Amino acid sequence: MNPPMILAGIIIAAVIWYCLLAGADFGAGFWDLFCSGPRADKQRELIASAIEPVWETNHVWLILVVVLLFVGFPSAFSTICIGLAVPLFLILLGIILRGSSYVFRAYFTGNIQTQLYWGKLFSIASCATPLFLGIVIGAISSDTLVLTDGVPNRGWLSTWFHPFPVLVGALSLSLFAYLSACYLTLEAEEPQLQEDFRRRALFAGFVSLLAAFATYAAAGVFAQEILNGLSRAPDVWLVELFAAIASLVAFQGLWVRSYRRARIAAAAQVGLIVLGWGVAQFPYLVRPRLTIAMAAAPVNVLVDVEIACAIGGIVLFPSLYLLFSIFKAHRRSVVSKDAVA
Amino acid sequence: MVTLLAARSQMGMSLAFHIIFAVIGVSLPLMMTIAEWRWRRTSDPAYLLLAKRWAKGTTILFGIGAISGTVLSFELGLLWPRFMQYAGPVIGMPFSLEGFAFFTEAIFLGIYLYGWNRVPGWLHLFAGVIVSLSGLLSAIFVTLVNGWMNTPTGFRIVNGQFADIHPLAAMLNPAGIPEAIHMVLAAYTAAGFATAGIHSWLFLRRGRNRFDELAIGIALAVGGCAVLAQSISGDALARMVAHYQPMKLASLEGQFRTETGAPLRIGGLPLPEQRVTKYAIEIPDGLSLLAFHNPHARILGLDQESETDWPNVRMVHICFQIMVGCGSLLSLFALLSAWFAWRKRPLSRQLTFLKTAVLVSPLGFIALEAGWMVTELGRQPWVIYHLMRTKDAVTTTPNIAVTFLGMTLIYCVLGVIVVWLLSKHVIAQPDRQQVEGSGVLA
Repeated sequence: MNPPMILAGIIIAAVIWYCLLAGADFGAGFWDLFCSGPRADKQRELIASAIEPVWETNHVWLILVVVLLFVGFPSAFSTICIGLAVPLFLILLGIILRGSSYVFRAYFTGNIQTQLYWGKLFSIASCATPLFLGIVIGAISSDTLVLTDGVPNRGWLSTWFHPFPVLVGALSLSLFAYLSACYLTLEAEEPQLQEDFRRRALFAGFVSLLAAFATYAAAGVFAQEILNGLSRAPDVWLVELFAAIASLVAFQGLWVRSYRRARIAAAAQVGLIVLGWGVAQFPYLVRPRLTIAMAAAPVNVLVDVEIACAIGGIVLFPSLYLLFSIFKAHRRSVVSKDAVA
Repeated sequence: MVTLLAARSQMGMSLAFHIIFAVIGVSLPLMMTIAEWRWRRTSDPAYLLLAKRWAKGTTILFGIGAISGTVLSFELGLLWPRFMQYAGPVIGMPFSLEGFAFFTEAIFLGIYLYGWNRVPGWLHLFAGVIVSLSGLLSAIFVTLVNGWMNTPTGFRIVNGQFADIHPLAAMLNPAGIPEAIHMVLAAYTAAGFATAGIHSWLFLRRGRNRFDELAIGIALAVGGCAVLAQSISGDALARMVAHYQPMKLASLEGQFRTETGAPLRIGGLPLPEQRVTKYAIEIPDGLSLLAFHNPHARILGLDQESETDWPNVRMVHICFQIMVGCGSLLSLFALLSAWFAWRKRPLSRQLTFLKTAVLVSPLGFIALEAGWMVTELGRQPWVIYHLMRTKDAVTTTPNIAVTFLGMTLIYCVLGVIVVWLLSKHVIAQPDRQQVEGSGVLA
């Protein structure tokens, strides 16, 4: 393990955290769009109360990823920012609209129609953002992102707008929706509400499986290199095997209504899928040109940043534990809603 | 619109928008924590109501500030990829630390906002303290980056590339610490006086009430202490600029000729074509005295540098005058407030004082934006002072004008809605019962 590898490991860990925490918030926004039936209002309330205290914290993982990328791998960052400027601007648009419409919906005091309108905007932005995040991941994994004199060889659009990245986008959205529905089964206090999200979790899990196979098939045509990476034994296979086991456990847990087990297994499944992508992408950061070693900043800079991350982590993880133990662990015993109002 | 101008406009607009929210996100938590602490000490429910109102304001503004901050972290790469490619490793340290400070702020703000009934009192107050501290640290770290762009240190240049990079030395660059202190004090000043002004206006409108009275007290204490300290910090910063960036000082002051015993100009209009600043009140030897604490010190003028490398002298000088002017007026007002507080004059009889407070309330924010313009425009045409030109850092992506227009539109809409929300939640008239009874806790 050399310093560039360690920093790449920290970045992939932050991406995993982002997917497991903020990804679920995006997924919750997706389900917000499809609240239906006699319990539609209750579903909406559940979603709002689940993401309310934590969504801003969850969002910071993305900022950490961006920062560590430009500190540790500046040329990769610059290549991504130029070549994928269009989807990145769309991600930004999504982040702005999602965050602000969430705040506006929560604090809007006028008529209910306007509030619903903010809710719609929130949900749509929640769906669009993971789609484009996935597209960026797909684009740096396929072999299309090459710049000549600051202009992408394949043009500003077709560098990322082709079947493989778009499928990765769809896969991310379906995984986030699946993850979120699994979490929400545990957050819900009524059995009927749990049933609603159990059905959604099973459905989204099934769709994500389809999306995963479609992505795999598309990789054979559009992204041969990452496909070779995915078939590399034994490290990638091992991760894939564990992901498959986790997904079976999650499905079984959902099926027999053992939600606690399903949640942990689903989180493990999504985490392993992201990890599997990272291992398959190795040793590249941006295919087909930039490897981790080539893009890395000088070693002493990396070491300093890793020390900063270690110190930051000492503060961060206990604080995160505190936050989640206050708002998530004792959920059932808490009856009264907070009294900020 | 050419890409460079569009990119600069977009970055400037994003920063001008973000700075307002970030500043309130730094200072409102301090005021909210003070209010909660006073409540725990005195059990006066008006303090509790105040803490809750300000906490609500903090949430709304922190939410928007977190978004506009994310936008900036992306825009660094989207608009200035070449700057980030070369400078990223050098200035990454404060950015990384800022990431962790931001994490801590978000976590403890969550605990503060939604934990009133879930965590013990001491932990709640502690969460408020952590939010205030980590907001402060975030502001400091980010300003250190700007300091580095002005006085780049912590590396050597070998064959046009950065080498021997020392992230800590880069972080602790000469401009960084004075700039960071100036920025933080500006944050407390701007938000303090704005809050005091809003509550004075409400006080005038709805008559004497404890809620507004306490709010004015805390806000003026925070803003007043900050603005008085600002004069010292401003002096330190100006002397740093005089030492490390003499051309920037020359454009701040409209100093075209190199001279000993340079005068301090108050007001005035620089005319770059004629190489002179006209219509200013000149205090003999003033600039030399302030910049080097020596009335006969030699001040370098813009004539030391070729005109193509001048910033927009007129804009920089005018913005600088606006900043200093607003700061001076606020300092006077802070002294006046201190005198009233010392004489224990009840606010309800000081209608003129309250009206003045309303009048001066925007000055802090005006000074803040003007000061930001001074430091950013004064550094031009360089993105890294004397190392990299802004035009060499800009992206090759076309149609930046479109994203600039789109972003401006969105930010305008956001701004309007945020103001409207704040008026509903933070400054709305409290019920009598809320202030006098136990209704607040329910």
